[in-house]
Amino acid sequence: MVGFILKRLVQSVFVMLAVAFLAFSLFKFVGDPISQMTGVETSLEDQARLREELGLNDPFFVQFARFTAEMLRGDFGYSFRTREPIGQMLLSRLPATLELGTVALLISLIVGIPAGVFTALRPRGLVSQSILIGTLIGVSIPTFVIGILLIFLFGVQLGWLPTFGRGGTVQIGWWRSSLFTTDGWRSLVLPALTLGLFQLTLTMRLVRAQMMEVMRTDHIRFAIARGVPWRSIRYRHALSNTMIPVITIIGLQFGGVIAFSIVTESVFQWPGMGLLFLESIRFVDIPVMSVYLVVIAFFFVVINLLVDLLYVAIDPRLRVRESV
Amino acid sequence: MTSTGRLARLMKSEGVWLFSRSPAAILAAVLTFVIVLGALLAPWIAPTNPYDLASFSLIDGLLPPLWEDGGDARFLLGTDDQGRDMLSSILYGARLSLSIAAMAMAVALLLGVGLGLAAGYFGGRFDAVVMRIADVQLALPAILTALLIDGISRGILPREAHDDLRIAVITLAIALSLWVNFARTARASVFVERNKDYVQTAIMMGQHPARIMLRHILPNIVGPLMVIATVDLASAILLEATLSFLGVGLPADSPSLGTLIRIGMQYLLSGEWWILWIPTVFLVVLVVAINLLGDFLRDLFNPSLR
Repeated sequence: MVGFILKRLVQSVFVMLAVAFLAFSLFKFVGDPISQMTGVETSLEDQARLREELGLNDPFFVQFARFTAEMLRGDFGYSFRTREPIGQMLLSRLPATLELGTVALLISLIVGIPAGVFTALRPRGLVSQSILIGTLIGVSIPTFVIGILLIFLFGVQLGWLPTFGRGGTVQIGWWRSSLFTTDGWRSLVLPALTLGLFQLTLTMRLVRAQMMEVMRTDHIRFAIARGVPWRSIRYRHALSNTMIPVITIIGLQFGGVIAFSIVTESVFQWPGMGLLFLESIRFVDIPVMSVYLVVIAFFFVVINLLVDLLYVAIDPRLRVRESV
Repeated sequence: MTSTGRLARLMKSEGVWLFSRSPAAILAAVLTFVIVLGALLAPWIAPTNPYDLASFSLIDGLLPPLWEDGGDARFLLGTDDQGRDMLSSILYGARLSLSIAAMAMAVALLLGVGLGLAAGYFGGRFDAVVMRIADVQLALPAILTALLIDGISRGILPREAHDDLRIAVITLAIALSLWVNFARTARASVFVERNKDYVQTAIMMGQHPARIMLRHILPNIVGPLMVIATVDLASAILLEATLSFLGVGLPADSPSLGTLIRIGMQYLLSGEWWILWIPTVFLVVLVVAINLLGDFLRDLFNPSLR
């Protein structure tokens, strides 16, 4: 068990080093920081001196080591475009994205899991069939179109909800939250729905497929043969086996939520990290791009690690295999 | 076998039989066919050329579709603010969207199947490296990969070169975010088939590895590959539309469907609904139709799901 955790930890460190290397190469080979920092009137000697002072003439790996060490200390450098420290830029945008993503994920799980179980248990029913056709359309409608539809319906036609920004926010330390005001919640509804709907269809389809698979396995058939009540078979035997992959689903979906929050934030002008990343691409702000890459990779690695650990904790079979 | 014999056998096959009994699949096939045909023939059937600045004038700006009050017989689906015919814009936009998606899918197919077959066949370190890259790629959502590649290319290429190579960059970005599924399927099939007698015999007969992979192993997975290709074509169309919508895809002077929707967003609050909603509905119908076809193919090649 300890060996397994250690192995996964070492792997994660290597993944992070690889991503840091990629980010650093991006930083190093795309665009010249000196020409970004200096104007036309800076003399060539001054440029050369600046280059020497900043250590840009050092060997590649010395620079990479310094880059990694600074990242570890939380020093992410400065944006080419705004000249602000990137760490602060990201930190001020982080709460918006995390709140949006969490609410979207909750929507997708709270609606998606029961819907998936229902459609798996009654695959031929009319309701199930309509839900399935609905999800097919849901998968086919791009996130930004869902966003536009919701804005049009609830923002323009009905005028119930605001269609851009975060509304009223409350500052708690460095965390600016929109979860504590009615106005903030009203602003959150449409973006969270947009982001959650797509994930919801995925959750539902995965849970349905898994549940149908489990219902076909031998131990369920045996339970049926033993005369165990249907209720117990479905919600005890089958559901508990279905729920194990759901942890992976949550892990995978986190990635999806982060990625699609770029689109959602763009549609609703939600001031989160996705919008920052999109701006950095538009303005070729390489430092912001590479730091975003590292931060996102860090999220992914941590989530994957947690998922793996939870797996071992929940699924007894993995522990047995480990000890054999 | 003669070609007529083959055709007769095809017409009697299970696939055609199932197809003729699935109204959803028939509808989807017809819609896809009509849209693809319209996109292919756009230069000949579109009323005007939206790229030709001389072919439209501001006087015709913001005309509603024909069936609304004030519609003009020349413009079936109305015009945008510049007086461009919406029908022509959509046909040309679909042409661009579909060709980028098809090219990206083809590149992803070649790259993925090639790497997957080779990884499975040669195994060892090559396999490990390819599959680790695939794992990382799979963890990163496609849209993120595509955005990153676009961003990097903006940094590397000078501005003019980037504008010229826009279509190539987008195609490559989409292809590189979709190849993993192909690679995994191809690799898995190699593992299943490699130790079977016919492959071992072929190896003993001294046939070239490339020939064994392409002639003996590849035919086993034509079905699953077709399913992935269909579903990925839909994903590629969505990816391109999303990138263009975000404003990092194609520029406004050569609009794809996504660009048209982005432009239409400006009219969300005004009465000119057709500028936004007609391209949007068109895009959604196209993707739903292709996904329905993909679902049908999946059921066809996986009888246990029927």
